[in-house]
Amino acid sequence: MGDVFRKLGSLAISGVWQLGFIARFFVLILRYSGQSFMRLHLTIRELYFSGVLSLLIILVSGLFVGLVLGLQGYEILQRYGSSEAMGTMVALSLLRELGPVVAGLLFASRAGSAVTAEIGLMKVTEQLKAMDMMAVNPIARVVAPRFWGGVVSMPLLAALFSTMGIFGGWLIGVVFIGVDDGAFWSQMRAAVDFRYDVLNGVFKSAVFGVAVALIAVFEGYDCVPTAEGVSRAITRTVVSSALAILALDFVMTSFMFRGL
Amino acid sequence: MSRTTLDLWVGVFVAMGIAALLFLALKVASISGSDIRSPYTLSARFDNIGGLKVRAPVKSAGVLVGRVTEIRYDNEHFQAEVVFSVDGRYKFPTDTFANILTSGLLGEQYLGLDPGGEEKTLAPGDVIKKTQSAVVLEKLISQFMFNKAAEGEPAPAK
Repeated sequence: MGDVFRKLGSLAISGVWQLGFIARFFVLILRYSGQSFMRLHLTIRELYFSGVLSLLIILVSGLFVGLVLGLQGYEILQRYGSSEAMGTMVALSLLRELGPVVAGLLFASRAGSAVTAEIGLMKVTEQLKAMDMMAVNPIARVVAPRFWGGVVSMPLLAALFSTMGIFGGWLIGVVFIGVDDGAFWSQMRAAVDFRYDVLNGVFKSAVFGVAVALIAVFEGYDCVPTAEGVSRAITRTVVSSALAILALDFVMTSFMFRGL
Repeated sequence: MSRTTLDLWVGVFVAMGIAALLFLALKVASISGSDIRSPYTLSARFDNIGGLKVRAPVKSAGVLVGRVTEIRYDNEHFQAEVVFSVDGRYKFPTDTFANILTSGLLGEQYLGLDPGGEEKTLAPGDVIKKTQSAVVLEKLISQFMFNKAAEGEPAPAK
């Protein structure tokens, strides 16, 4: 009996310790961000690796999600004789949920895992320690640029995902099925609100960006410096990013929800 | 990769992202609030507001002139009190009629304002007295059924 409680206690303590460690790490990143922005090309380089190189997968998945939403939406809406509302359905579901969440999941598995692997391997090959020896702060030199690269690219990627998805829905609805073009756009504009739908979606994706980038750099920095440790850290990045995105999405949606 | 090509690609990426955001803001969404300038509030009491919601449009002659800002229950009159803001450019006479209408057969409900012929206009904070409640489908149907039943009744025997 005592064993169970002891296990529970150690689990709770290590959980709280981990949380505190992440929080302190986050504060450190923010503190050394100014120092790393002095060499802005480091951040721009990371923007290229996590933003530009994720572009293809984000655009293609956005298009396919939009196409599927168009087909499924048409199938359901035409039962009620309101297939013109397709634009509304596609735009709202993309802007509010699918855009930020799916782009976040893709971003975590495409860019987050790469960041973890890179920092983890740097730790294995003792590059981080070498930097410390040369009085180069590894957080300012390695961690902060990767963090900010992720934070900046995530909202842009989510917006591109939503745009491609709406284009996909339009392609299915207007071009292939023959829903009226004017009705598609005007119904969409009448139902989609800039502040409640677009800005809330951007806010969500920015929060996901911070969460994914923080988890990715932390897991890389915290990994056990062996081959196995790095592979475990990458797995943990993808799993905890996905969980964090879905949980944060629920929390934020329940705050933004305004249907009475 | 050299630094200039890298800069170029990042620039293209950021420009694309901003263009996507602009597209979402301007083509997909309508910016609410900005179309109502220097608003003033009015209110109206209804016996039944049906499915009217906060932020529902307020229209006059089909043109958007304001939005519903608050709906509360008035326990003194046992009525619903609807507070709404109206664009400062538009003035309505004191005998304006407020209706709760529906756009389309199953569409959303909105507040319609029918101006009367009075010279004086409503001041901010005024209450519109002439109102017509939302049409409740069940009441309409039961009225119809009742009338039908009354018609079909055999004439009383003499």
